[in-house]
Amino acid sequence: MAKKNKETFLNPIGINNPVTVQVLGICSALAVTAKLEPAIVMGISVTIIVAFANVIISLLRNTIPNRIRIIVQLVVVAALVTVVSEVLKAFAYDVSVQLSVYVGLIITNCILMGRLEAFAMQNGPWESFLDGVGNGLGYAKILVIVGFFRELLGSGALFGFRVIPQCVYDAGYLNNGLMLMPPMALIIVACIIWVQRSKNKDLQEK
Amino acid sequence: MENNLLSLFVRSIFVDNMIFAFFLGMCSYLAVSKNVKTALGLGVAVTFVLVVTLPVNYLLQTKVLGPDALIEGVDLSFLSFILFIAVIAGIVQLVEMIVEKYSPSLYASLGIFLPLIAVNCAIMGASLFMQQRIGLDPSNTQYIGGVTDALVYALGSGIGWLLAIVGLAAIREKMAYSDVPAPLRGLGITFITVGLMAMAFMCFSGLKI
Repeated sequence: MAKKNKETFLNPIGINNPVTVQVLGICSALAVTAKLEPAIVMGISVTIIVAFANVIISLLRNTIPNRIRIIVQLVVVAALVTVVSEVLKAFAYDVSVQLSVYVGLIITNCILMGRLEAFAMQNGPWESFLDGVGNGLGYAKILVIVGFFRELLGSGALFGFRVIPQCVYDAGYLNNGLMLMPPMALIIVACIIWVQRSKNKDLQEK
Repeated sequence: MENNLLSLFVRSIFVDNMIFAFFLGMCSYLAVSKNVKTALGLGVAVTFVLVVTLPVNYLLQTKVLGPDALIEGVDLSFLSFILFIAVIAGIVQLVEMIVEKYSPSLYASLGIFLPLIAVNCAIMGASLFMQQRIGLDPSNTQYIGGVTDALVYALGSGIGWLLAIVGLAAIREKMAYSDVPAPLRGLGITFITVGLMAMAFMCFSGLKI
């Protein structure tokens, strides 16, 4: 049993990553990653919301009528997102302005609906909690990788501090402004998928 | 005024494209773009739901949730997430029932996609962007100041989404014959294709209407 729990927790972080393998939650993974800081805040928020939504739905799973389960799930998620959004506005206002509508869009983040439907509706609260944290961290991992490369190559900085020294710029190096534009997020995710699937041949299609 | 509506319409299709500028509705976009026919069906369904939900959410925001709207001195906009998603889920259910009753052939072709639209980020995203734009200065080109504006914005966003998904589906149909490196097959190359399409759409961002 303990081994199974460990797998539930670790699989989504590595081999069964929600973004690159299950193809869930792409929208926000691409949109908030122009800088590292909002990417991390977004990753933490999603982890918290997935974990608690999973626990709540898992506790309610035997009492929810099957026909209206999607609406029940949406309401639970929307309530949690409202709480997180208010907390962000109160304690991290700058980041919440940068994230703008994408905090609200956690409600329709496919990771939530996907995990609630596929896992929390069938499993107990503790397993669901682990599954939620695992998937949230798997999602956060991709966000951090994409955010790291986009901020480093796009503005030569990390967390807003310049890390590429001035002498490199003097030698003719330029920031790649395209990295901050939306299209490069897609291409970086494609590169992550490329690396991951080259390592794990099982994931390759056809 | 009419000029403004046209500008809002064209901007929401090309400049503020839901997929290429904001990545909204990406999950179903990637999952359902394998052939043009189903892509077209989903695109039409999304446009339809957008056009119905946005004016309702506009009225909800201005008449119930906004500052001083319902009760003097009370700003209920923190409830907007729950109410917007409830409206969207409810309307999707309603649309599904109406389409099933009056046009079984359309229902059969859209069937499985309709309930999924409730969790499509493009719909929720459009509502949240609209909520932001209501608060803007009226001289701003992005300002939404009435039900007509909301309707036009919804129609434009929907058509932009439709255009994007049909375009990707057409490219993917052709790409089935090309020799892609094994690790990139399927998902990887689709991401790169969308990235290149987004770059092409970036040239609209200088558009001034």
